Amino acid sequence: MRYLPKSPADREAMLKAIGARSIDDLFAPIPAEYRLNRDLKIPRQMAESEIVDFFRQRSRENGDGYTSFLGAGAYFHYRPVIIDSLISRGEFLTAYTPYQAEISQGTLQSIFEFQTMICELTGMEVANASMYDGSTAAAEAAMMSVRLTGRRSVVVARNLHPEYREVLATYATHQGMPLSTVGFGDNGRINLKELEQSITPETACVLIQSPNFFGTIEDVEAVGEIAHKHGAMLVVSIAEAVSLGIVEPPRQADIIAMEAQSFGVPLGFGGPYCGVIATREKYVRQMPGRLVGQTVDKQGKRGFVLTLATREQHIRREKATSNICTNQALVALMVNIFMTVYGKVGLKELAKQNLAKTAYAANQFSKHGRVLFTNSPRFNEFVVQTSEDPYAINGRLLGHKVVGGLPLKKFYPELGNAALWCCTELTTRSVIDTAAGLIAESERSVRSAKEEVEEVAR
Amino acid sequence: MKQPTPKATRHVNQNEGLIFEKSSPGKAAWKLPPLDVPEVDTAKLLGSAERKDLGHMPEVSEIEIIRHFTRMSTWNYAIDLGMYPLGSCTMKYNPRVNEAVARVEGIANGHPYQPEKISQGALQIIKTLSECLIEITGMDAITLQPAAGAHGEMTGLLMVRAYHESKGNARKKILIPDSAHGTNPATAAMVGYGVENLKSDSRGMVDIASLEAQMNEDVAALMLTNPNTLGVFEQQIHKIADILHAKGGLLYMDGANMNALVGKVRPGDFGVDVMHLNLHKTFSTPHGGGGPGSGPVAIKKALEPFLPKPVVITHADGTLGFDYNRPHSVGRVRAFYGNFGMFVRALAYIQANGPDGLRQTTEDAVLNANYIRKGLEGTYDLPYDTPSMHEVVFSDKLQAKKGVRTMDIAKRLIDYGFHPYTTAFPLIVPGALMIEPTESESVEEMDLFVDAMKSIAKEVEEDTQTVLDAPHTTRVSRLDETTAARKPILRWKPA
Repeated sequence: MRYLPKSPADREAMLKAIGARSIDDLFAPIPAEYRLNRDLKIPRQMAESEIVDFFRQRSRENGDGYTSFLGAGAYFHYRPVIIDSLISRGEFLTAYTPYQAEISQGTLQSIFEFQTMICELTGMEVANASMYDGSTAAAEAAMMSVRLTGRRSVVVARNLHPEYREVLATYATHQGMPLSTVGFGDNGRINLKELEQSITPETACVLIQSPNFFGTIEDVEAVGEIAHKHGAMLVVSIAEAVSLGIVEPPRQADIIAMEAQSFGVPLGFGGPYCGVIATREKYVRQMPGRLVGQTVDKQGKRGFVLTLATREQHIRREKATSNICTNQALVALMVNIFMTVYGKVGLKELAKQNLAKTAYAANQFSKHGRVLFTNSPRFNEFVVQTSEDPYAINGRLLGHKVVGGLPLKKFYPELGNAALWCCTELTTRSVIDTAAGLIAESERSVRSAKEEVEEVAR
Repeated sequence: MKQPTPKATRHVNQNEGLIFEKSSPGKAAWKLPPLDVPEVDTAKLLGSAERKDLGHMPEVSEIEIIRHFTRMSTWNYAIDLGMYPLGSCTMKYNPRVNEAVARVEGIANGHPYQPEKISQGALQIIKTLSECLIEITGMDAITLQPAAGAHGEMTGLLMVRAYHESKGNARKKILIPDSAHGTNPATAAMVGYGVENLKSDSRGMVDIASLEAQMNEDVAALMLTNPNTLGVFEQQIHKIADILHAKGGLLYMDGANMNALVGKVRPGDFGVDVMHLNLHKTFSTPHGGGGPGSGPVAIKKALEPFLPKPVVITHADGTLGFDYNRPHSVGRVRAFYGNFGMFVRALAYIQANGPDGLRQTTEDAVLNANYIRKGLEGTYDLPYDTPSMHEVVFSDKLQAKKGVRTMDIAKRLIDYGFHPYTTAFPLIVPGALMIEPTESESVEEMDLFVDAMKSIAKEVEEDTQTVLDAPHTTRVSRLDETTAARKPILRWKPA
């Protein structure tokens, strides 16, 4: 086996040194009746070339060569080449959690920079080293608000990512954390009147997303005011990190739960991604996840260590702020490198291109279909209603090797034939025109079919 | 006789400040293509939501970024540099073909919501890996959704809870041995269960009499790591399962130490009802400085209705798809389908090994641990002389007489060119030295390790202060963790 650095003679010599007659001696502690006396029924040992072939074949069956208008919590942005060059260095790739600080300064300093940049971008004072993803970050942020306020329940916006809401519901069930949901208005934003009525003296936090699931930017100030007036915290989920380049961060939030996948992380069929929690300094001791802090060594030299570990499971066990141990460190490093590459000016320009492409697409689509929620600002997603079922339109688009917007029936049946479309800097004008053309065709054929029916009726 | 090359030598490495300290206006590492649609007036589009300033985000060039991260990388120890014997962490070789196949276009860029019709490749990977893991564990069904081991524990206990609820009583508590990893009790608390400690016997195994006394209808499950954190196989495992099952409880196995078992024995065959795996331990996906992991949960038939949704199914026409219609599901534990990129790597690892390779891997892992045990027996105190599987736990009892503790020995080991073993864990061994070499170490590397450990033991006797002050060769000496926690500096701020 090519990964094993031993010859048969080495094994013999080692057994002899140990004083064992055969390898079976070492497995004697396992009761004989449970030992597996056959080969596992799994694929036979394959050559590297066969493995590569296997996955190339799977790749061909997996949308390779398609252009896509899908967003909805997973965004296709350009990934600078140096991200993979740098994260492929064995010193980053094959290191463990940096518990031994003296030989982990590379990982530790990079996390410290990550925490700093997340703070700069979100307007928060502290950020952790990462969470699993945006959905679990949102759930953990809600639980954090429960610990901080001593209240029990959570008010959640219906336009928070539906799968984030599902994850929150799973986490909430056994925390004794009742959830209530607030709908959205004609502008796509959370319904403020309904929100006001939903908050009770037991509400620990109001959890919203901005830009929300429809791509609409929430009036965070207004939501924050209502939440704070009632002594509840404001937790804001950000699923599209690139928005932070041009959209004012939710500074009124007490906790921000983010998904940073947009910053240089491949779509990868849904993971691994990079969740982050950011908050105010005064709340840090109730924060879940790892934190890196700056300190000095015995000679007074600057260095970095994992800190405030008394919040964590390996010290506090059942009294810890969370059970999280392994997080998404290498993915956070991708995010870190991406933020460094684009930096202060590039992130803004990148976000502006997303805005421009989306504005163009929404404008083209609105000539044929009905673009919803036009009376609120949006970032890079928008909802289009069509006469025809979006699955049917998408079926025809697939023929052009284009994946259309996400049909919303499954999540929001009340929106009818609606789909959520996303444009990034990688969406070309020509593919937008192709999609708009097919929507136009669909509307025309539905209209003429309708006219035909009406004519017959007449 | 071959003269071994000394493991490590000091060499120059580069200093490097924080990226913010290199930033100056006008430098850039990015370039966007020309816009092919009309420019927009951002103020008009966004109004008061427009962001004006990005604060202290850096402005640097590409070569500076390459050097910045490359220099920092050289300050890390890594499996690629040498033995990384962290007990219970399974720091094995991370094959590079895994990385290559995870980056093939359709796999790296697949969108989680793309139509099933053009997701057959990803679905096939999920299905194939699931089948392999079910066979390896001897269980009946599996979910790959959990993002890490602790997340898998939570998912497993959610299913345990749902199972008991379906029988009319969720029950109140989880039994956890005193040798368990900290995530076990933390997870039980997250799922709303109380925790009751279970003590170990004189051989480091579950104390059967205590288990019998503590087991009753309030106990939902026992969370057991097997082999346990001492590297000891629970020889009475079936008796343990029987005691639990007799009172309607379930046996949960923490699969952190599965590297001792793959291809040799299957948890499903010895009475386990639910267990999680760590793909980043047993199945070679990289630890990456602390993640991403992946924590699949394998279960017996009785728990299948409660799996997180969606689950992968085969349609009548033979194509694969997701089934969301799971009325008894515990729900979702994560958006989308889990850390898919880790599934790709784990499957590539299983393919590279095959049944014979996986068995040999397990045998080598156990052989290596026993070789190190033999080499260090007598030099370090062995608190439990029960046979070791894939890891061995010594204590600092002999060295403590000179005031040297396990952490000091660990720090001195760094000077010899090794990553330390796990210190101060498991909790049942005061001053533990928990050593897991994995199968990836050659005889030469282990001989160097044993020599280094013996040399340190000698230093403890003859030159105690050198050990107490270690490490001496690293960029930074021991860091002031107390001040770091008392006055936390968690981000850079401009001077």
